[in-house]
Amino acid sequence: MNTPIVSARRAGDGSNGARVDMFTDLAKMHLPSPVLTASGCAAAGRELDNYFDITTIGAVVTKSIMLAPRSGRATPRMAETPSGMLNSIGLQGPGVDSFIEHDLAWLNHRGARTIVSIAGGTPEEFGKVAAKLRIAGGVEAIEVNISCPNVSDRGQVFACRAETAAQVIQTVRRNSDIKIPIFAKLSPDVTDIVEIAQSVIAAGATGVSVINTLLGMVMNTSTMRPALAGITGGLSGPAIRPIAVRCVWDIRSAMPDIPIIGMGGIRSGHDALEFILAGANAVSVGTSIFNDPSAPARIHAELAQELGDRGFLRVSDAVGYAHRPHTPTVDSEAQSSDAEWDFITE
Amino acid sequence: MSGRPIQVTGEILDVNRSGSYYVISVTAPGISEIAEPGQFVTVGMGGDETSMVLRRAFAIHRVQSRGVYGGTLDLVISPGGKGTTWLSKRRRHDTVSLVGPLGKPFTLPTQSVSCVLIGGGYGSAPLFLLAEKLRERGCRVDSIIGASTEEKLFGALDLKRVSTSLVLTTDDGSLGVKGRVTDVLEGVVTAGKTDIIYACGPMSMLANVAEFAVTHRIFSQCSVEESMACGIGVCMTCVLPIIGDDSVTRMVRSCVEGPIFRGDRVRWADIGTVPPDTYGAPVEEVST
Ligand SMILES: Cc1cc2nc3c(=O)[nH]c(=O)nc-3n(C[C@H](O)[C@H](O)[C@H](O)COP(=O)(O)OP(=O)(O)OC[C@H]3O[C@@H](n4cnc5c(N)ncnc54)[C@H](O)[C@@H]3O)c2cc1C
Ligand SMILES: Cc1cc2nc3c(=O)[nH]c(=O)nc-3n(C[C@H](O)[C@H](O)[C@H](O)COP(=O)(O)O)c2cc1C
Ligand code: FES
Repeated sequence: MNTPIVSARRAGDGSNGARVDMFTDLAKMHLPSPVLTASGCAAAGRELDNYFDITTIGAVVTKSIMLAPRSGRATPRMAETPSGMLNSIGLQGPGVDSFIEHDLAWLNHRGARTIVSIAGGTPEEFGKVAAKLRIAGGVEAIEVNISCPNVSDRGQVFACRAETAAQVIQTVRRNSDIKIPIFAKLSPDVTDIVEIAQSVIAAGATGVSVINTLLGMVMNTSTMRPALAGITGGLSGPAIRPIAVRCVWDIRSAMPDIPIIGMGGIRSGHDALEFILAGANAVSVGTSIFNDPSAPARIHAELAQELGDRGFLRVSDAVGYAHRPHTPTVDSEAQSSDAEWDFITE
Repeated sequence: MSGRPIQVTGEILDVNRSGSYYVISVTAPGISEIAEPGQFVTVGMGGDETSMVLRRAFAIHRVQSRGVYGGTLDLVISPGGKGTTWLSKRRRHDTVSLVGPLGKPFTLPTQSVSCVLIGGGYGSAPLFLLAEKLRERGCRVDSIIGASTEEKLFGALDLKRVSTSLVLTTDDGSLGVKGRVTDVLEGVVTAGKTDIIYACGPMSMLANVAEFAVTHRIFSQCSVEESMACGIGVCMTCVLPIIGDDSVTRMVRSCVEGPIFRGDRVRWADIGTVPPDTYGAPVEEVST
């Protein structure tokens, strides 16, 4: 790890960002940016291409796709909450065949790098979706959304137990090209996220994506019933950011070398930097896209600036920087005064 | 095909009260030039560090070219929740983030046919642009606007100017005919030999208008209002059951494939549910 000149150029003169090398090696992918979209917040990239050039960001992570077409849940499907929102979409989507034919083909034609998020109600369904993608090709990596209900486990999500999480990852690994990186997307609604992370890595995941939404609930005080038709929903947005940063930190502490995609409430380059310092190799931007459709491109530029302001020359040098051993910070002034009082210490 | 949406910062030029609404004029370079009747914009709420993470959608009421300011938009705001209340308190020179024009516009007839325009509450906002376009094509335009009470009738005078006839209704009889827009619809349609009905307003009103249009074999277009998180087609919150050209019902995004739908294609009674015959509907409930 290169040591940056931490105290230098704090204020930032507006040009430091341009010098920072933003290329990101994530698993076996070589990406021009560490900034990705979060699954379910960018559809399949096409709409966002109106607002920024989707080929400039690291990759488009597509909405979790299942084997068959799905209508999703009834409405209302969302509620705004303080600095966040609840959603209960229910994985509406066209099914993997239509996705490959229309969405994936478009992304490839457009020249965007694509990480396909997949979901299923059984480990076998995950496996079938992965197998279809293997045949289709044109996929940089697979993100496995294990935060969906397990049909044979009373609808408990796969992500909440180490064994079920590992079972899904094993099946996806078996059905995928050996060269394709697989990211397991973890739920923070567990007692020990590190245990789940270790089990999915042991089961063959290349890395992890953290975090998915947290389960929450809002009441509609006019109808005096739950605000969402699905009763509960997933909480996202800046409200969950500190939880997400903590999850990245804990997993990075336990596993120094695995690729980590961090996400949860990233609204600015400054927020993205928090995740990278905590140990994320790349970051995904979700809910903020709803507020600012060009957020991923803006956050890329702001992150470069934040890194440059702190003297980093490469984004990769900042990954996990907050984990460095604690040495007393010695800036130049402190050094000189230390030297003057040298005779006292000792 | 309508123009690509863009994201711009607009400067507020005026905020005027109109009954219980606020009419906001805002610069929208690049949006106002390509906006078509029935399209909407979304407005960012509360400034940079706001706790309101979602934009709010507003129908485009008017577009103007205002000399040095370039293109401007007028929006009609009904303050209710947090965001709309915040927006109604903006003042001249404040800036807001705008995304638009969004959604599909009203479909215009190719011939000079007879049209009825129905607006409920602030639902009359997008009808002005539409009325102007229809009149340019030589169409007859009979307008009906209704609300619970006089304060909530929007823009009667302005709409009168561009309409062949105008009927007002209020639930409490404070202005115009006491009752609902659908109570006067039959009379207006008979007098005008109506070919097309355009409607915008509360969902219950739209459902009644669409039913009327179907039974009277009149073509109708309704502008629906569903809760939206993104407004640009990426989140799937704004869906409702729509019958496609192939007779199959799908949960369709109202922000990109609407907000204007043919009245006979919306399954009004099933809004808020996923009808069992919907494409991709759950075959069996997850066992609990
Ligand atoms: C296509 C379209 C056109 C619209 N045109 C107008 C207009 O011209 N004038 C006007 O005053 N209002 C209009 N609305 C409704 C307006 O967007 C809502 O009143 C507003 O979003 C509610 O925000 P709030 O901050 O007052 O309420 P809050 O309760 O704070 O809103 C919370 C969240 O729920 C969403 N939401 C709540 N109610 C609605 C609703 N009725 N429709 C859509 N989203 C909702 C909001 O977007 C927000 O994300 C339109 C809505 C749509 C979909
Ligand atoms: C509307 C919506 C839909 C989502 N859909 C998915 C999904 O299909 N698959 C998935 O793995 N995560 C999904 N997520 C979770 C996000 O990818 C992300 O993990 C989470 O929202 C936290 O990031 P954020 O705060 O930046 O949004 C969804 C989130 C939202 C808000
Ligand atoms: S509001 Fe997000 S898809 Fe329509």
